[in-house]
Amino acid sequence: MSVLLDISQVGMEFPTNDGPFTALRDVNLKIRKGEFVSLIGHSGCGKSTVLNIVAGLHRATSGGVILDGREVTDPGPERAVVFQNHSLLPWLTAYENVELAVRQVFGKTRGKAEQREWIEHNLKLVHMEHAMQKRPGEISGGMKQRVGIARALAMQPKVLLMDEPFGALDALTRAHMQDSLMEIQAELNNTVIMITHDVDEAVLLSDRIVMMTNGPAATIGEVLEVDLERPRHRLELAGDPRYNRLRARVLKFLHERHGGSPRNDSTSKTSTTRAAADEPAVHEAEGVESAA
Amino acid sequence: MSTITMTPGRLLRWKPQVDGRGLLTTTVKLVALPAAGILVFLLLWSAGARNIDTSLGQFPGPLAVGEQFGALYTEHQRSREKEVAFYERQRERNARRVAEDPGYEPKIRDYTGKETFIDQIGTSLVTVMSGFLLAAMIAIPLGIAIGLSPGLNAACNPIIQVFKPVSPLAWLPLVTMVVSALYATPDPVIAKSFINSMITVTLCCLWPMVINTAVGVASIDRDLVNVSRVLRLPPLQHVRRIVLPASVPMIFTGMRLSLGVAWMVLIAAEMLAQNPGLGKFVWDEFQNGSSDSLARIMAAVIVIGFIGFLLDRSMLQLQRFFSWDKGTATH
Repeated sequence: MSVLLDISQVGMEFPTNDGPFTALRDVNLKIRKGEFVSLIGHSGCGKSTVLNIVAGLHRATSGGVILDGREVTDPGPERAVVFQNHSLLPWLTAYENVELAVRQVFGKTRGKAEQREWIEHNLKLVHMEHAMQKRPGEISGGMKQRVGIARALAMQPKVLLMDEPFGALDALTRAHMQDSLMEIQAELNNTVIMITHDVDEAVLLSDRIVMMTNGPAATIGEVLEVDLERPRHRLELAGDPRYNRLRARVLKFLHERHGGSPRNDSTSKTSTTRAAADEPAVHEAEGVESAA
Repeated sequence: MSTITMTPGRLLRWKPQVDGRGLLTTTVKLVALPAAGILVFLLLWSAGARNIDTSLGQFPGPLAVGEQFGALYTEHQRSREKEVAFYERQRERNARRVAEDPGYEPKIRDYTGKETFIDQIGTSLVTVMSGFLLAAMIAIPLGIAIGLSPGLNAACNPIIQVFKPVSPLAWLPLVTMVVSALYATPDPVIAKSFINSMITVTLCCLWPMVINTAVGVASIDRDLVNVSRVLRLPPLQHVRRIVLPASVPMIFTGMRLSLGVAWMVLIAAEMLAQNPGLGKFVWDEFQNGSSDSLARIMAAVIVIGFIGFLLDRSMLQLQRFFSWDKGTATH
């Protein structure tokens, strides 16, 4: 299949008081149409930066992203984003939140009735038809995330970008959401880039898992093909040796090879700490331990 | 689930606590305690008043003030009757003259009686609301612009910080002179004293509203801004659909603060500007110096407090109605 999204030689530097801080370098990734790709790596390794560059929310300092033959320069609905904390407008109902996106994207090409049908269709897809008139404050975290996904899907994006979409949910809700997402994916066959912390989630959902080395100057360390046939069922896979092998492979990478080159580790420890400051301290501690 | 494991005895003992004692506690809290507070205040007041002798007689106690409330209302009614009678006489006189001489152009003269206390309450309310609305019309768009643009914020911040702590009364002489210079029509539709008081109110309402709006706009969740960017909302749509609703809670907080300050400032401004409102009433009574004056001023004080309280409550109701974030719309 042809390449839909081409991330080539992407690098990112942030200016700091001690000179430029290199967050990413030489990120190269080609994604085919209909492919589900996970980005996995330790906190602060620049996964979100990669996603934001693809989304157009950040500009890469070097290299670039080409989507369907056109360079990405700014954000747009053809690269819909599902944010980690749902980002629904709290003063609008679930329906109105999706409506805002639909009106913006299809306002000129589709009639009122057609738009309404499309909004309802997408909310049904994420099983939220019963709470269309509820505001975000009145529904649970999982439901909010469902509406967020419905909003993104309703834009009919060429690439769906998901930034740790289930990271803030409890384990049971997360499993539910993963199953829902697989169902939707089987039906729509979207091209998806998803950031995750969760090894099981990555193996269960992805066609390919892109493992990133730790920052600073993070880059792609290894890419793992997940050749498990679909539809996948978490219970059946739990006993499948291939699944466990893939899982072990990702875990091994995260625990052994996450350090990047030794040069980076010894010189920029403070930068690592700063980049990871907003994340749970566990990852940071792990990183220091295995680097030593 | 837990009720099943409970013994019937515990259930019986447990229930009246909610229905009986709970209700009793609520009644005590909501009715009895405030009533007791007011009663103690009235007692202290009347005891204190009896021991204060001023050059205008004894300081008025609650009863004297109550009497003056009655008197003020009677005066108002009498004045209204006079007004009606005046217009009635004028109409009859004109009708008679037109009957005698069909070419006569009837003259309509306005009733020029003294404003009553109730008229003055009305004037004060109109003045404070005009000043407040004028301030809102300037402050909210300005606050949004400042909140959206860090550059504009840096430019405006020093001015706002310096003018914010200035008592608006310091502006009053300047406002008076400027209004006299610029608003120089021989037959003004709106009284100058009204404009002076109104602009003074506006000047003090402006800053809390600008600051709160700007802070509200600047502190919008980054993710919501990103949603707007992904959707490529045009600037005006961005303000209307994202910025404005997101900052409504903060805008209302600023408006409530402003209105509270405005009402306090207005009374002083009216005293100085001689705008026919409650402030002028207080000042005139003070100058008048009759034996009833202190009681009438005290009546005005109570009315001023009560109206201030009602203004704040109405703003709160408005905030509840308009704001999606019900959490911020408490006391």
